[in-house]
This record gives sequence, C-alpha cells and structure tokens, in this order.
Amino acid sequence: MRRTLLAILFFVALVTLWTAIVDAKIWSPVLLPSPHSVWDYLLNASRDGTLLSASLVTLRRLLCGYAIGIAIGLPLGLLTASSTFVEDTVGVLALGLQTLPSVCWVPLALLWFGQTEVAMLFVVIMGTVWSVIIATDTGVRTIPPIYARAARTMGSNYFHKWTRVILPASLPYLVSGMKQGWAFAWRSLMAAEIYVTILTGFGLGHLLHYGRELNAMDQVIGIMIVIILIGLLADKILFSPWERFLHRRWGTGRR
Amino acid sequence: MSLQEELRGPPPAKLVVDHVSKWFRQKRHIVHALDDIAFDVAEGEFIVIVGPSGCGKSTLLDIIAGLEKPDKGRVLADNQPVLQPGRHRLVMFQESALFPWLNAFGNVMFGLKLKPGLRNSERREVAKFFLYLVGLEKFMQANVHELSGGMKQRVALARALAPNPRVLLMDEPFAALDAMTREQLYGDIQAIWEKRRKTIIFVTHNVREAACLADRVIIMSPTPGRIREISEVTLPRPRDFNSIEIAKHASRLTAALKEHGMRATVAG
Repeated sequence: MRRTLLAILFFVALVTLWTAIVDAKIWSPVLLPSPHSVWDYLLNASRDGTLLSASLVTLRRLLCGYAIGIAIGLPLGLLTASSTFVEDTVGVLALGLQTLPSVCWVPLALLWFGQTEVAMLFVVIMGTVWSVIIATDTGVRTIPPIYARAARTMGSNYFHKWTRVILPASLPYLVSGMKQGWAFAWRSLMAAEIYVTILTGFGLGHLLHYGRELNAMDQVIGIMIVIILIGLLADKILFSPWERFLHRRWGTGRR
Repeated sequence: MSLQEELRGPPPAKLVVDHVSKWFRQKRHIVHALDDIAFDVAEGEFIVIVGPSGCGKSTLLDIIAGLEKPDKGRVLADNQPVLQPGRHRLVMFQESALFPWLNAFGNVMFGLKLKPGLRNSERREVAKFFLYLVGLEKFMQANVHELSGGMKQRVALARALAPNPRVLLMDEPFAALDAMTREQLYGDIQAIWEKRRKTIIFVTHNVREAACLADRVIIMSPTPGRIREISEVTLPRPRDFNSIEIAKHASRLTAALKEHGMRATVAG
C-alpha cells in the first residue's frame, strides 16, 4: 500500500514538473505540448478507434513474428547445444547476427518482400530468433550433467529427456533469452513501422511517423506513452508469471 | 535365516560383476581406472565398497548402473548383461541430483511416471507412501531449495525407491551432510532396508559408515582400481553408528586399508 502510494506520488510529481516546464514557456508549445493536450489526443484517438486499431495491427505483427522466431530459435538452440557441427555453423552465424542491430534488416526486407506484411514479420523474426538460439544454447550447456544422468537411470531417454529434463532445467536461461528476444523484436518492429509505410495495416509506428510529419507533438508523445505502456504490460503478462515461478522454484531473486 | 532357506542353499547371485576393467583416455596419457574387478552380490544383500578417492569406486558404480561401459568384462543383472541404464538399477547420487523445477512430490513422481503398468492415481499413492517412509509427508509440496541437505537426500532416497528397483546404487549419498543428519540417516536407511529388502551397493570412503551398514565390505585400492579384500560384517542389526563394536570393526577395516598402503577416513 505504502509502495503504491509512493509510486503514484512519483508519477504525479513527474506530470506536475512537466506542466510547470510547459507553463514557463521556455519552448514553443509546438515542440513541447502540455500533458493536457497529450491526454486530449489520447482520448480522441481512443474514441475514434485509431489508437486501438493501430495497437492491434502492431501487436499482431509482433506476436506472430515473435512466435515464429521462438518456434525456429528454440529447436535450433537445442541443436547447436547438442551437435558440434551445428554449433560450428549455425551457432557462429547466430552469434554474429545477434550483434547486428535488427533495424539493419529493414532495407533488406524491403528489397526482398516490398512494402508488405511479410517484410514486417521478417524484421521481427530476425530480431527474435538469434537471441533465442543463443539463450537456449547457453541454457542447455549450463545444466549440471548430473540431472541428465539421474534421469537416464530412471529410464528417461531421447524425446522424454529433452522435454522433461533438458528444457525445464534450462528454463531460467530460456525465459531471459525470450525476454531479450521480445525486446529486440519490439524495437525492430517500431523502427520498421516508422520507416516503412505498409498499406495493409496502420501500426503505432506509423502514427508516430505521421505525428512528426504533421508537427503534431501531442500525437508523438501520446503514441510514445502508449508504446511504453504496451511494453510494460507485455512484461507483466508474458514474463512476470514465469519469473515469479522460477524464483519460487529455484529459490533465486529477492523476497 | 530359516532352516528351510538354509537347506535350499544360497540364492542365485542378483548381480555379477564379471572381471570388469576400465581405462580412461585423457589428452596425454591413459588412466587405468579399474583392473579386473569381480564379485557377486546376492539378493537382498547390502554391499559397501570402500576405498580412498581415485580408486575407481564411483566409476564401478556407474558401470553397474549402465551409465559407463566397461572396456573389458561385463556386468550381469538377473543373468542379463547390463548394456544401458534402466530403472531396475536406480542410482542415488553424491550431491543431490534432485530436479529444481519440480517440488518434492514431483521429483518422486518423475521415475514413477516412466514406469509402465500403473494408473496415475496409483503412482500418486506410491509417491506419497515413499515420502511418508522417509518422513517427509509434510513436505510434499516443498520446493527443492527449501529443504535442508538431509531432507534433500531423503527425497532423493524416496525417488530412488519409489519405482521399486531391484538394485539400489548409492554413490556416497551422505558425504556432504553434517554428522548429526548423517547418523540419523544411517538409522533410516537400515530400517528401510529391513522393510523393503533391497539389494544395495553403497560406495563410500568412510570405513565406519561401511562397518555400520554392510553385510559385506569390499576394500579397493587406487591406481589402478583393484579389489584388495572382501570381508563380512556379522554384527547384529540394527547397528548403532556410535557403538564400540562398529568402532572396532572400523579399525579392523582401517588396518586392512593401511596394509595396502592407503589412508582411510575414520571420522564420522
């Protein structure tokens, strides 16, 4: 309760500070809109549905790409951890491509796929897949070998060993890898949406882009807030339950 | 032993270690880990293998379990050659090999789920029974990290016993525990052994532990690992770890180890 109150107080203070700076008229209101005008924009955009539809378009791209990225990355990570050949080939490739900022895929995606949904998906997948591969690989390699030995004496083999021992044992690494993959996917999608106009769907990145074109700073800041909120929400919904489970079972983390 | 059993003669050997040798290839040289190890284990017998570290006793246990392959010789379990690990010979490991992603109950269920021919409700009953047997019925839902060292090894024991293996292999299971907990577990393991009549092969470097638990003690020496002596312990059960008889027997074992130029851990 005390913690919630303090948090609310902090954000109220932040908005008050913002209002005070706007009221001081140091910068033109075109450059720095007041919290009030941003709120008005958000309210209007919610009413006419642009905000919701843009959020849905963006989230659909993100979730599809992310799911495909994990579906590709997880098995590949298991393979790099279990075969030296795959480790020396796909493993090295993944390590190299992970260092490439995923925005760098945007020009390539445009040339290959044009201004289509596929291009968007491609960028998100490229943002996700490499870090998932590397996290899975690290996770599997870090498992104490005694788990697999104990499981083998109890008759666990092949598929059962992978699904019931190796994967759950590397769960702490998998979750942090997926979280990192999510962050990369989210960033790359935003970059792609800002740079590329796709006629099949109008995402949050496009709203941001057109806010700048129209000099509508209230729109720009409003959309930025929405993007932040979606990021926070995804963290709370997608990852917090897993992390809480891990901390409880493994006895890690605070409290 | 009853007269009838006496007349029927000794039961057939449960486990035969048939002249097993093992070498490990390392970068520069080859280590001769085990040299011509041969002994039989009878049904329901409690065998303790004792020797200093590096005498290959854990490797021997791995070979009996089927986790390692011998370079020479073979192991027969119920007259079948051991080619791979199987749930008829379960291993309880040195450090706790409990799975941290499962709770105590889930760990005991792991081996049971791999055992065919049981309904799931039966499996749950069996798991509960064995947790009760090791005195942890109140800790079924506990996470592994919430258990003390002794409790962890009790769960590990329940997990190894639950699928009803024919042979239980124990690799220094109490080495990492404090003396008090260990002494308690000596009592427990003897009681469980009396009740369940398992064939047990127990590896340790502690001669007193050997004297307290074993029907027969196998003394091994290192480089290469060889059997030096096999002796019977005929003291009545249950045995008290701190009794004078155990201490006396332990000092005899120590003397035998010294004879072969080895030092042993006597302390409890």
